[in-house]
Amino acid sequence: MKRVLTAVLFFAALVAAWQIVYRARIWSPVLLPGPGQVARYLWDTTFAASRPGPGGAAVPNADRWQLFLAIGVTMKRLLAGYLIGLALGLPLGLLTARFRPVRDTLGILALGLQGLPSVCWVPLALLWFHQSEGAMLFVVVMGTVWSVILATETGVRNVDPIYVRAARTMGSRWLHIWVKVIMPASLPFIVGGMKQGWAFAWRSLMAAEIFVTILTGFGLGQLLHYGRELNAMDQVIGIMVVIVLIGLLTDKILFSPWEAYLHRRWGTAR
Amino acid sequence: MTLPEESIAAGSAKLAIRDVSKTFQTGRRSIRALDHVTLHVGEGEFVCLVGPSGCGKSTLLNIIAGLETPDAGTVLTEGEPIRGPGRDRMVMFQGSALFPWLDVLDNVMFGLKLKPGLTSAERKEVALYYLELVGLEGFLHANIHELSGGMKQRVALARAMAPNPRVLLMDEPFAALDALTREQLYGDLQRIWQERRKTIVFVTHNVREAACLGDRVVLFSPHPGRVREEFKVPLPRPRDINSVGLAEYSTLIMRALKGHLREPEVGE
Repeated sequence: MKRVLTAVLFFAALVAAWQIVYRARIWSPVLLPGPGQVARYLWDTTFAASRPGPGGAAVPNADRWQLFLAIGVTMKRLLAGYLIGLALGLPLGLLTARFRPVRDTLGILALGLQGLPSVCWVPLALLWFHQSEGAMLFVVVMGTVWSVILATETGVRNVDPIYVRAARTMGSRWLHIWVKVIMPASLPFIVGGMKQGWAFAWRSLMAAEIFVTILTGFGLGQLLHYGRELNAMDQVIGIMVVIVLIGLLTDKILFSPWEAYLHRRWGTAR
Repeated sequence: MTLPEESIAAGSAKLAIRDVSKTFQTGRRSIRALDHVTLHVGEGEFVCLVGPSGCGKSTLLNIIAGLETPDAGTVLTEGEPIRGPGRDRMVMFQGSALFPWLDVLDNVMFGLKLKPGLTSAERKEVALYYLELVGLEGFLHANIHELSGGMKQRVALARAMAPNPRVLLMDEPFAALDALTREQLYGDLQRIWQERRKTIVFVTHNVREAACLGDRVVLFSPHPGRVREEFKVPLPRPRDINSVGLAEYSTLIMRALKGHLREPEVGE
């Protein structure tokens, strides 16, 4: 309870400071809108049924639900790219850890490409896939798969060999050792890798959505992009707040239960 | 008791180690871990291998376990040569090597699940039997990281005994424990050994521990690893690690060990 209170106070202070700076008119309100304007934007693009029209009369809100639709589009792309990245990265990571030739080839490739900022894939994706969902998916997968490969490899290679020896004396062999010993033993690393992969997928998708402008779905990145085009700073900041919130929420929903399990079972740090 | 007879039946095997040699390559140096070692262990015998680190005693244990292969020589259990690890020879490691992703009961069940010819109800019953034997029936679903060092080694003992091996191989299982816990485990291990009659090969660098537990104490010397001397411990069981008789006898072994370390064999 005390921790919640601390957090609430901190963020309230942050918003208050923002409001003070806004009121001081140091920068033009076009460049720095106040918290009220950003909140207004968020309300107008979500639940507001009507908004004040010319002459003060309320008109139906054409932007209603716009933000939720954008979140939906973005999450669908993110999930698709992330799952493909995991489905490729986990087995390739196992192979990389297990076979030296794979480590000397794919392992080095993964290490190199992981260091490539995912936005660097955008020009290539645009030329190969044009302005399409495919281009977006490609960028997300490229942003995810290498870090998942590397995390899985690290996890498997960090499994204490004594576990495998103990399992062998109890009659465990090849596939059984992999499924019942090496995989669970590397779970803390793999969860860490999945978390990192998620973060990379998220960053890649934002890069892709900002640069790949298509009509098959309007995601958060595209809203951000058009916010800039229209000089609508309240939209830009509003979308950024939403992106941060989604990052925080997915961490809590997707990964906290895993980490709690690992903490309880293994005694690892939370 | 409805336990499957085979799962708890007392049974042990004899071991014959003949002329076993093993060399390790580390970088440019090669280390002769075992040099023409010959050793026989009788059925149900408790043998302790003692020596300073680097004398190859753990290597020999790993070879008996089938985790390593000798460069030369043979190891036979019941006249059969060893080909890889087997359920008839279970190992207890120094660091317990329990699986942290399983609870206490599932750790003991791990080996049992790999043993054919048992129903799952029977497996659970066998696991409970051995956990009770080591006094941990109240911790079935505890997580491994919550256990003390002594409790971990008790679970490891139950896990090693559960598939009912004929030989139990113990690699300095108590080295990392505090003295009080260790003394308690000496008593427990002697009691369990007398009940279950396993052949036990126990590796340690603690002479007193060896004299307390073993029927026979085999001294190793390092560089290269060789068997130097054997002692048949004449003391009655159960033995108390703090008894005067044991102290006197271990002094005798200690003196012999120091002698072997001081004067290397001719020809080295």
